[in-house]
Parts: sequence; C-alpha cells; structure tokens
Amino acid sequence: MGVLIPAAGPARVARVLAGRALQGLGVAVLVSGLCFLVVQRLPGDIAYRIAAGRYGYDLVDAEAAAGVRAELGLDRPVWQQLLAWLGDLLQLDFGRSLVTHQPVLSEVGYYLTGTLQLAAVALALAVVIGGTIGTAAGLRPASAIDRLTDLWVATVRALPAFLLGLLLILVLSVHLDLLPSAGHGGATSIVLPATTLALGLSGLVARVTRDAVVEVRQSEYVRFARTKGLGERVVLVRHVARNAVSVLVPYLGVQAVVLVEGVVVVEALFSWQGLGHALVHAVFWRDIPVLQATALVLALLVVAVNAVVDLAVLWLDPRPRRQAVTS
Amino acid sequence: MQRFRRASAAVTIAMVLGLASGCGQSQADVQGGDTLRVAGPFEVHSLEPTASSGFFTRLEVAETLVTADLEGELAPGLAEVWTSSRDGRTWDFDLVDDATFHDGTPLTPEAVVNALDIVRKDAASPLAEAPIDQITATTSGVRFELSARHLTLPAVLTHYSTMILAPASYDEDDRVAEMIGSGPYRVDRVELPGTIEVTRFDDWRGTPPEIEHISYQTVGRAESRALMATGGEADIVWHLEPAGRQQVEATDDTELVSTLQPRTIMLKVNNEHPILGDVDVRRALSLALDREAMAEAVLRESDLAATQLLPPSLTAWNQPDLAPLEHDVDAARELLEDAGWTAGSDGILTRDGTPLRLTLLTYPDRPELPALATAIQASAREAGIDIEVEVTNSSEIPAQHADDTLELALIARHFALVSDPLVTVADTFAPEGSDWGVHNWSDPEMTAAVDALLAGPSEDRAAALRRTVATIAQEQLPLLPVAWYRMNAAVSDRVEGFVMDPLETSWHFSRVRWAS
Repeated sequence: MGVLIPAAGPARVARVLAGRALQGLGVAVLVSGLCFLVVQRLPGDIAYRIAAGRYGYDLVDAEAAAGVRAELGLDRPVWQQLLAWLGDLLQLDFGRSLVTHQPVLSEVGYYLTGTLQLAAVALALAVVIGGTIGTAAGLRPASAIDRLTDLWVATVRALPAFLLGLLLILVLSVHLDLLPSAGHGGATSIVLPATTLALGLSGLVARVTRDAVVEVRQSEYVRFARTKGLGERVVLVRHVARNAVSVLVPYLGVQAVVLVEGVVVVEALFSWQGLGHALVHAVFWRDIPVLQATALVLALLVVAVNAVVDLAVLWLDPRPRRQAVTS
Repeated sequence: MQRFRRASAAVTIAMVLGLASGCGQSQADVQGGDTLRVAGPFEVHSLEPTASSGFFTRLEVAETLVTADLEGELAPGLAEVWTSSRDGRTWDFDLVDDATFHDGTPLTPEAVVNALDIVRKDAASPLAEAPIDQITATTSGVRFELSARHLTLPAVLTHYSTMILAPASYDEDDRVAEMIGSGPYRVDRVELPGTIEVTRFDDWRGTPPEIEHISYQTVGRAESRALMATGGEADIVWHLEPAGRQQVEATDDTELVSTLQPRTIMLKVNNEHPILGDVDVRRALSLALDREAMAEAVLRESDLAATQLLPPSLTAWNQPDLAPLEHDVDAARELLEDAGWTAGSDGILTRDGTPLRLTLLTYPDRPELPALATAIQASAREAGIDIEVEVTNSSEIPAQHADDTLELALIARHFALVSDPLVTVADTFAPEGSDWGVHNWSDPEMTAAVDALLAGPSEDRAAALRRTVATIAQEQLPLLPVAWYRMNAAVSDRVEGFVMDPLETSWHFSRVRWAS
C-alpha cells in the first residue's frame, strides 16, 4: 500500500491514480518480457508442446511439430520473436492463441470475466460471513462466541479447498439436490465454487475483523464516544466498524489478488473457467501470446486492486484528511 | 456525503448481482428436461477440424465422406458409394442426394473439395499423409487422383479431421470461424473450452433423432464427474475412474456401460540403446512385468493385462492362440545373467561397471499412465532393473524419439484412429521408426508382411499376414505391451438406446431416446 500524503481530496485521488498508472506500465513491460524469456528457457521443444496442445496426444508427432514450427516461424531467432511481439503489443494487437487460434483478447477476456465473477462473489460472501462472525466475537472477547470463532477459523483454514468443495457438492448437490455441482453457465453454478472459496477465506476475515474490533473498542476515541453518551449501536456503526474496516480493506485487497491468481484447484473441481485454468494450460502448451497476455492482465489486476484499496482506505479512514486539520 | 455513500453501495450491490447473472442462462437451464446432458473430461480446444478432438463428428454435427459402424467396418457417410481404379490411384466418391448444410446451402461436390483441400494442408491430419495429387469435383461427387496406390484412403476419410464443412464456415485464412456441418444436429453455442450445445437439425435428410437438445460440458475432475452421474446432474458421463465406477454401480438409476477400446498401453523401447538393443533384455523386462497385478491394482480389472500387442477388440488382428506374455521374475533374472548382468550390492544389476538403469517417460493426460509407470518401476526393481520415471508432456516422447535420446516411454496407442487398424499398424512398425511406434527397429519379414497387407491381398492371405505381424511383434518385442484399455460411461435411466462405439467415431446420440 502506498503512503498517503495528506493533501486536498481530489488532488490526492489523482496522485494515487497517477502513481498506480505509472506502476502499471512498468509492471506490464517487465512481466511480459520476463514471461517471454522464461518460456524460452523452459525445457522441451516449443513446437512439439504447441502441437500436443492443438492436436492431442494421439496426433502429435514430428510432422505436426514441423508444421507448427513453419506456420509460426518458431525457428526465427528469439530476439526477433520478442521484437515482433512487442511491436504488436504497441499497436494493442495481442494476436491469436497458438493452440486454439482464438483472438487472445477475447480468450483472456473470457477467462478474466470468469475469474472476476468468482472472486467478487467469493469476497462478498467472505466479508458477510467472516465480518459478522468476527464482529460478534470482537464485541465479546473471551466469551463462548469468541471461542467458537477460534474453532471456526481453525476449521475452515485447515480444510483444503478441494475437500471443502467436495463436501459442499455432496451435501448441497448430491443429497439435497439444490445446486449444480459443476459447470460454467447457469447463474446457479457460481454458488458452490464461490462458497468454497468464501468459507476458506471467511476464517481469516473473521480473525482480522475480530482483532480490529477488539483493538478499536479499547481505543480512546471509542471510550470518549461512550463517555459523551452515544448509544452502543451508534458507537459500533460510526466508530468501531469504520475504523476496523480500514484495517480490513487492505487485507481484503491482498486476498482478492490471491483469489484471482490462486484458485486453480477450485476452478478445476467445479469446471469453472478462469484465469488459473488459462495460465496453467498456456504454460503447459507453451501458448506464448496467451501466457503473456494472462500474466499481463494479472499484473495489471494487482496494480488495479491496490489502487482500489488505496482509494477505499482514503474514503473510509476517518483520520484527518485535510491539510487544515493536520497542520 | 451520505447520499453519495448510499449510491455507491447500490452500485456495488448492482455490480455483484450483475456479475453473477452475467454468467448467462445456458440452453441446459432453459430446456431443463428436454436436453441430453453429457459430461466428459476432454476439452474443446478449437473448431479447426484436426484440432477439434473429434467433438463435432461425435456429436453428429459434421459428417465425413466415409464412416465406420460399431464393428469398425467402413460405412457410407456423405459418400454413398466409392470405387477405385484398377491401379488404386484414382478414387471416386459419389455423394448422397439431398444433403444440405445447416446454413441451408446444398452440399455440393465443390464444397467437399474445398473442405478436403484445406484439411490436407494440415500436417497433423492423417489425410496429409495420403499421396494425393489433386481432388476434383465430378457431376456426382469427388475424385481423388493419387501419385501412388493407397488402398486405405476410404479408412483415412473416416477420421474426424476430414469432416466436410460448408464454405461459409471458413474465414479468409481458411480457419473455421463457424461450425456449419450437415449432420442431424447443428451447433447452437460453443464456449471454448468447456461447453458445446447442439439442437436437432430439422432439414436433416435421414430419420430425425428423438432427442432435441444436447449439451456437452467439460468436467476435468473425475470426482466431480462421478458426483454428477450419481446425483442425476448429467445423463451420460464419460470416463469414470475406479472409485467413481463403484459409486455409479451402487446407484439404482444409473448404469455403467463399458467396452474394450482398440487402445494398448505399452512400453516404447529404443531398440538401439546400448542396454535395450539386446532382445534378451527386452524379454527379461517383459517377463519382469506383473501385468495382471498392475491391471488389477491400477485399472481394477485383471483381464485388461495385455497378453499380446493388439487387443481382442481388434478381432481380425488379435491372435488368441499366440503364446501369451508371461510374468516370471526368475526367468527374467536368468535371461539377464546370460546377457552378462550380475547383481550389484544394492540389488541393481550391473555389467562392466554400468548399472542396469533406464529412464521411462510418460504423460499425465491419461491418469492411469503415471500410476502404471510406477507399478512398472516396482516390477522391474524385483528383477534388478532400476527404472526412473519421468512424467512430462506427451510431446516429449516424439521429441526424444527424433533426437534419439529416448530410452523407454509408457504410451497409450490407439490402433484405430482411422477405422482400418492397418493404417496405424503400418505406421507403428514403419522400418524408419514411428513417433508412437517402434524406435530404431526394423525386421525385413515384418516390413514385407505390412507392405503385402497394404497392397490389398485376398482375405485368406491377409489373415496369414496379420498373424505374421502379431507373431514377430511377440517374439522380437520392439514394443512391450502392458495393458489393454476399457472405456466407460455412466448412463442415466432417463434415456435408452445408448450404444458405445469402441472407435468413438460417433457417440450415436441420434439413436438415443427418452425412456418411456
């Protein structure tokens, strides 16, 4: 998270955005260049890998690989290939997938949509579940609720997503017949994968919320709010919740990034089409344009999430935000 | 400020809801009970015929000139009859009447020539290997002019890559932009890599199928597929693993259907390798393999242990009276001792200071392969052979074949990629070697037998030649057969009339009916 220098409102927002935009540009160039070099250094012949991705293991052979090599000009020197790609990128031309022939933009866009849908719903659910539990525990430290929360946190953190997902499928899909177990299409098919991710995440959200609530409640400004006669509800909403949230939001930002990048197992279990899937396949098949575009999108997404977190904290944090107050 | 906050909260909620509903309503949701829901592990990578993994011919969207029936015999597809000239270099295929593409245009000889000319430029298609000079349109169909006799041409034309698509399917670079076929089903929606939805094509020239909608969904995890089958979420679920099979067998309203596939799991051997070049070492390795135990443990069916290279499902090729491959560790050790290998201190055999150590490559696309590879490793260890298993990309095997660094590879070879196994057998034993067949091995008798078969002998003579091929393969062991392969599917009792085609030329859903 960037350091926020107190300044006038809009100027500060512009500064955050400009900083992040510059960071985004640098990250984009670095990541795509690195990606290209890493793929070149991976063991195995690229043409053979692409041919295996395209035609499957029953049809991949030396002729298919030679066909791929000639078609894609893979025998050109590496620097020429990199320059060609950078040139296309400057014209915002991401090219086509070497394996599926689909335009890279539409392919990555498709997987990105899947990932963002899943991450958004999972985060929202995690905040609702974890936030509620954490607040309840934080309001009564060392009570039965607090101990139950500890148990909840330990349980959902200890359960691997794969097992949690299977349990949810067994209960909600096979036995109760409420939700489809796998697939990517119907509006209901997002519920199980999102819940699997949300439950795992809710443990940490509950933990962070609980600690933040306990800390804020012991703070002097909360004691002052009580002393001046504010009701417990108002204290909670106006002072405790708001201050606790400004701790929680940066933490959620980090989790959002983890969700976007690291949910391959859950995606596979529920046949949800997301960026994790795209990235794994692109590496496996040496589908360089898709790999570079995916890595680029992920890198920019990290920058974007951080920018959103900065702005959210700027907006939420009740601490002084005007020059006049600090001076 | 207050108003702004409320507004932004509303926007946030709308965004989350919008994202969730943005997933869209699929046909399967809308149609509910009218849709045949199919799930399988394979992904739809592309609309390109050669890279389509056969999805569109299996779903009967696109058709080929020639097809194969359930016994693997050639059957008319878009071509009603075909004839060849006496020298086998000119072939005429007469097209069926009244065939139309899904865009309403008639299926003309010119459209067939267009589709085939595009695919034969694709090096991965089996059609690219046929010695075709040119394909021309005639009044009643198409004519192939070849530079050499090629009797297996009709069999090659059963391969899915030779599907005939409407001229409007292709873009200016001859890439398939839209899948416009001529089969009983037309494509409604394709969402790469996981979803295909098709609907009955009402102008189909044959008997209209009963099932109106079919949806195919890729479900990569075997556990998820088994749960979909037992939970009634899919009507047909392809490829269940042992645990899932047991689950399905314990469910009342789902039946497990299976058939032997013409696929053999085998060890590809570098026959010029300093160690493996010795036929006695290959025989010893073969004797060391406890195929029955491996088949029982990994494939959960001891009958799948291979006793020879070509599986019983290839009735013309399998030789039931051939002496079966056996498991005998003592005999294996004796053979190795005779070849000069003696036991070292760690139990691994050595000769002239070189340990009997080999690297075995395999690939994870078929989940049973890595498991079998480790079983082979354990079996070989008992005979004093140390095998290091390396699980990698499937393409590493042809790549290492090309640069001659391959030692052993565990592969699953499909012997009927085109309906006549002769095409694949000929490739497997090609004297110059084959990416998915022999490596640095040739035998004049084998080459003569295969060449004689390709020349189209009488049926009696062909049977004798096939026996010669099977016998030489068994004696010389240029490839070590490990197991045969059974494909399976869970089929819901909502449907009847499901048949399983071992060649997977088609899934024959146009024959399936709703159970009454």
